[in-house]
Amino acid sequence: MPESSKNVLLQASHLVKEFPVEGGKKGSAVHAVSDVSLTLFEGETLALVGESGCGKSTLGRLLIRLLPPTSGTVTYDGTDILALKERDFAPYRRQMQIIFQDPYASLDPRMNVTQIIEEPLRANGVGKTKAERQEKVFELMDLVGIPREYAKRYPHQFSGGQRQRIGIARAIALNPKLVVCDEPVSALDVSIQAQVLNLLRDLQQQKHMTYLFISHDLSVVRHISDRVAVMFLGKICEVGPTKDLYEHPLHPYTKFLLASVPNPDPTKRDENEVLLTGDIPSPVNPPSGCRFRTRCPFADAKCAEEEPAMQEVGERRFACHHPLT
Amino acid sequence: MSEANTLEIRHLRTVFHTRKGDLAAVNDVSLTVPKGKIVGIVGESGCGKSMTAMSVMQLVRKPGEIESGQILFRGEDLLQKTPGEMQKIRGDRISMIFQEPMTSLNPVYTVGHQVEEALRIHEHLSKEELHRRAVEIFEAVGIPEAEERLKSYPHQLSGGLRQRVMIGMAMICKPDLLIADEPTTALDVTIEAQILALMKKLRDENGTSILLITHNMGVVAKMCDFVYVMYAGRVMEQAEVFELFRNVQHPYTAGLLQSIPRIDHVVDRLYTIPGVVPNLLHLPAGCGFCTRCRYAQDRCYEELPELREIAPGHFIRCFSTNQELSGKEESHA
Amino acid sequence: MSDLKHFRPDTAFGGKNEKRDLTSSAKKAQDPDAKLSAKDKKRIQLAADLGEAETGWDKFKILCSENKLAAASAVIILVIALMAIFAPVVAPYDPTKQDLLHRLEGMSAAHIFGTDQLGRDVFSRMIYGARVSLVIGLLPTFLSLALGTVLGLISGYLGKAADFVIMRLADITMAFPSLLLAMVVMYTLGAGIVNIFLALTFVSWAGTARVIRSQTLSLREMEYIEAARSMGVSKWRIMFQHILPNCLPNLIVLFTLNIPGSILSESSLSFLGIGAQPPMTSWGLMVSDGKQYLFTDPVVAIAPGVAILILALAFNFLGDGVRDVLDPYLNKQ
Repeated sequence: MPESSKNVLLQASHLVKEFPVEGGKKGSAVHAVSDVSLTLFEGETLALVGESGCGKSTLGRLLIRLLPPTSGTVTYDGTDILALKERDFAPYRRQMQIIFQDPYASLDPRMNVTQIIEEPLRANGVGKTKAERQEKVFELMDLVGIPREYAKRYPHQFSGGQRQRIGIARAIALNPKLVVCDEPVSALDVSIQAQVLNLLRDLQQQKHMTYLFISHDLSVVRHISDRVAVMFLGKICEVGPTKDLYEHPLHPYTKFLLASVPNPDPTKRDENEVLLTGDIPSPVNPPSGCRFRTRCPFADAKCAEEEPAMQEVGERRFACHHPLT
Repeated sequence: MSEANTLEIRHLRTVFHTRKGDLAAVNDVSLTVPKGKIVGIVGESGCGKSMTAMSVMQLVRKPGEIESGQILFRGEDLLQKTPGEMQKIRGDRISMIFQEPMTSLNPVYTVGHQVEEALRIHEHLSKEELHRRAVEIFEAVGIPEAEERLKSYPHQLSGGLRQRVMIGMAMICKPDLLIADEPTTALDVTIEAQILALMKKLRDENGTSILLITHNMGVVAKMCDFVYVMYAGRVMEQAEVFELFRNVQHPYTAGLLQSIPRIDHVVDRLYTIPGVVPNLLHLPAGCGFCTRCRYAQDRCYEELPELREIAPGHFIRCFSTNQELSGKEESHA
Repeated sequence: MSDLKHFRPDTAFGGKNEKRDLTSSAKKAQDPDAKLSAKDKKRIQLAADLGEAETGWDKFKILCSENKLAAASAVIILVIALMAIFAPVVAPYDPTKQDLLHRLEGMSAAHIFGTDQLGRDVFSRMIYGARVSLVIGLLPTFLSLALGTVLGLISGYLGKAADFVIMRLADITMAFPSLLLAMVVMYTLGAGIVNIFLALTFVSWAGTARVIRSQTLSLREMEYIEAARSMGVSKWRIMFQHILPNCLPNLIVLFTLNIPGSILSESSLSFLGIGAQPPMTSWGLMVSDGKQYLFTDPVVAIAPGVAILILALAFNFLGDGVRDVLDPYLNKQ
C-alpha cells in the first residue's frame, strides 16, 4: 500500500500514563506508557508487541479512551476524542471496541449468549424491539460460527474458543471501525488459535475494520499484522511494515525478541544462540537514557545519558543510538 | 529393564471419579525417559499431559486415582512404594517444577530461607555452610547478585527469577529425573529462552533426565530428544524429535503443526483443525480424535487404533498415515 | 543428517491446503465448518457438549444429597412454615381462648406443652407465634439486605464521596450494640410490628453493605465489566444488571445466615416488652411471659425457647449448606 493512499484513522501524540504506586513513596509512579506517539491507518492491522509489563495493554486502552491518560492527545478521524465530554463521546465509543484476552473473565457468567451479544445493541439503541435485536444476535452468531441453538446457553457451557467467538460477536455488534484485540488468542489451545485468527481476518475483510492487535506472540503477529510496533518498558522502540521489521530489525531489542522465539523446527536449533541477559527493569524506576540499555549488548555511555529520539527512515521508525544495519 | 532408562511408564491409567461418571485423564500411556535425555509430552489442555506427570509423582488427588499400570523408576515400580518411601524419592531422586513458581514458594519466607530449608532436609550442614551452598545454587542457576537476592521475598522477584529459584531448589540433590510442567508458559520469550538454556545446561552438566510437559511445539523442537504427542488421554504419536518433525504421520500432529503460525514462513490462511477438544466424559468408542479428524471413517468411530510402528522408533495411533490420507484426498479433488 | 538439509517445512507438514483455503473467505466466516457434512457436525457438536448447566434445582439436589444436616434443616423450616400458614387448621385450640380453671397445667395429652398463666394452650399459641417469628425473621432480613445491597453497590462502584458517606454511616451503625440501637429506635417509634421491621432493618443493613461493597470492588475490575463499559453501557445498568446478579450467591448465603439473627432480635425485643404486643404473640413474648413460672412450670417458657433455638439453628445449617454449594472455591475440588 503506497503511503499516499493511506487514510489516518487514529493518531496518538505524546501519550503518557502513570499509575501511582500504592503505599509507595510520595510521587513514585509506575511509568506504564511514556511519551508514545502512534498512527493507525484505516483498514490495517497494527500489532503492538512486547513483553509483559511493557505497557502495551495500557496503551491499547488509552487509545480507545477506556483509561484516561496522564497527558497527551488521541485524534480519531480528525476529532480530539479525549477533549470530548462523556455524552459527546458516545457516538465515537461505538466505533471503537475491544476483544479481551481471557475468554473466561470477559463474559458475564450470569448472562446467556443472547443477552451478552445484545448488550451493546441495547446500550446504543440499536433495534427497537426484542425480536429485532434477537434477529441481529442470530446474524452475529452465524458470522462467528456459534450455532443458533446455543443462543440461550451460558458462558460456562462453552469451550475457550467458542467463548472467544462470543466475545468477538459482541465486539463487532456495533460495526466498529477500530477494534483493539488484546491478546485475543493467547489463552487458547493451539488448534483453536488458528480458527480464531482466521475468523478475525475474515471479519476484518468483510467489515473493513482496523485492528490494533496486542500480542506477545511474535509468530501470531507475523501472521496477522501489516505493521508492527515493538514496545519496551512503556516506550516504542521500533515501528515498521511487518516483513521488513521481521527480516531486518533495526532496534537491537527487536532482534533479540525475534531470536528468542522457539521455532517448531528442530533443524533450526542453535546451540550457540546469543541470549538477551538480565531481566526487564522495573517500570517504577526505569533506567536513564535509553530504557533498553541495561539489557543491550551495544549500550555505551551515550545510551545512559541521552534518550534516543525517534528517527524515520521511509516507512520505518526507530529509537536507538546504535541501530543495526 | 535396563539402567539406561531413568523412567519407564507402562500402560498407565489414571481415572477421575466425577459425579457424572468416570473419566480417564491418562489412558494406557507408556513412555520411556532414557538417561540424560529430554523427553517431551506435548498436547492441548485436557490431553492428560500434566496428569501423567502428577501420576509419576503420585500427587494425583481425589477424586483422581491411578487405576493400573507400572511406573518404573530406575527399575523399581513407584506404585509399589509406601507413601513414606515415595516422599523420600520425591525431591530427592525426582524433582518437579511448575508453570507458576509463585504458588510453589511460601510468600512469608525469604527465598534464601526456603532454599536453606530445602538443603537442610538433605544435608547436615552448619549455618554458614548452608548459606554458602545457597549462594552457590543461586549462582549455578544464573541469579545475579545472589547474596542480595537470597534476602528477597518471592513477590519481590520477577517470574523469570522465581523460576530460576525453583529450578535451583529442584536441582539441589542432583535428581535423576526432573519433571518440568509448562515451566516457561507464564514467562516472556526472552526469559523463556534463558530458562530453557539453563535447563539444557543443567542436563549437560549433571546428566539429569528431563520430562518436559508443554503445549508449545517450538519448545519441543528446541529442547527435546524424544516426543510424545497426547490427545484425549492417549499417546497419538511418538518419535525421536527430528523424525517427528520431518515425517509427521498422525493427522492430529500434522494438523497441529500446520495450524501454528510461523515466524519464518508466512501463509495467507492458517490451516485449522475443526471443532473443539472433546469432553473426556463423552469420548467416542473409537479413536479420540475422530470427532475432529477430517479423514475419519466409520471404522474410526467404532474401533480404537493400536499404537503401531511405522518407522524405527516412530509410533502412531491411527489406521492410516497422514501421507496416505492427505494423498488420497488430493487425488479425489 | 544429510537429508535434514533438504528439510522444507512447507512440504514436510503436507502443507497443501493453504491454497484451497484462500477462496471465499467471507463464506467461510459464516460457517467455518462448511466443508463438514451434517453427520460430522453432529459428531463435533456431541463432543462439544461440555457439561450441562446446573440449574438451581440441580444445586439444591446436590445440597440435599451431600449435606444431610442442611437437608434436615430445610425440612424443619418447611414444617414450621406450613404449620404457621395453616395455623387455624393445625392448632388444636384457639390461642386466645382463656380457661382460668386450667392455668399452668403442665404437659398432658390434651395440652402437649400444657397451658399458660391464663389457661391458654401453649402449643396452639406457639403455632400462631411462629407466624410472627417467621415473618420477622424473613421480612426485616429481606429489607435490610435490599437496602444494604443498593448502598453497597453504590459505595463500591461509584466510590469517592458516595463511598465515604455510606461507609462512615455503616461504621456508625456498626459501632453501637445492635440490640441497644434497636431498642432506641423502638422507644422512639413506639412498640408495634411495623416498627420492629424498621428497627431490625436499620441495625442490620451495614453488614450487608460492607460485604456487597467489597464484592463490587473486585467485580468492577473484571474484564466483563470493562467490556460493558467499552460498549457504552450506563453505570446504573452495570451495577444492577452485571454486578448485582454476580453477587447473588453471596446474597442468598447472607439471607439465610441473617434470618436467625432477626428472629433472635425480635425475641429479645419482645422479651423486653417492646416487640410484639398482646394479644398478638411471638415466641420471644411467650418466653418473656413464661419466665416468672420458670421454677414451677418450666415448660411454658422452655417450649417456645427451644423452638427459637431449633429454628435459628435450622437456618444456620441451611445457610452453611447453601454456601458450600454456591461458593465456587469450596465447590471446585
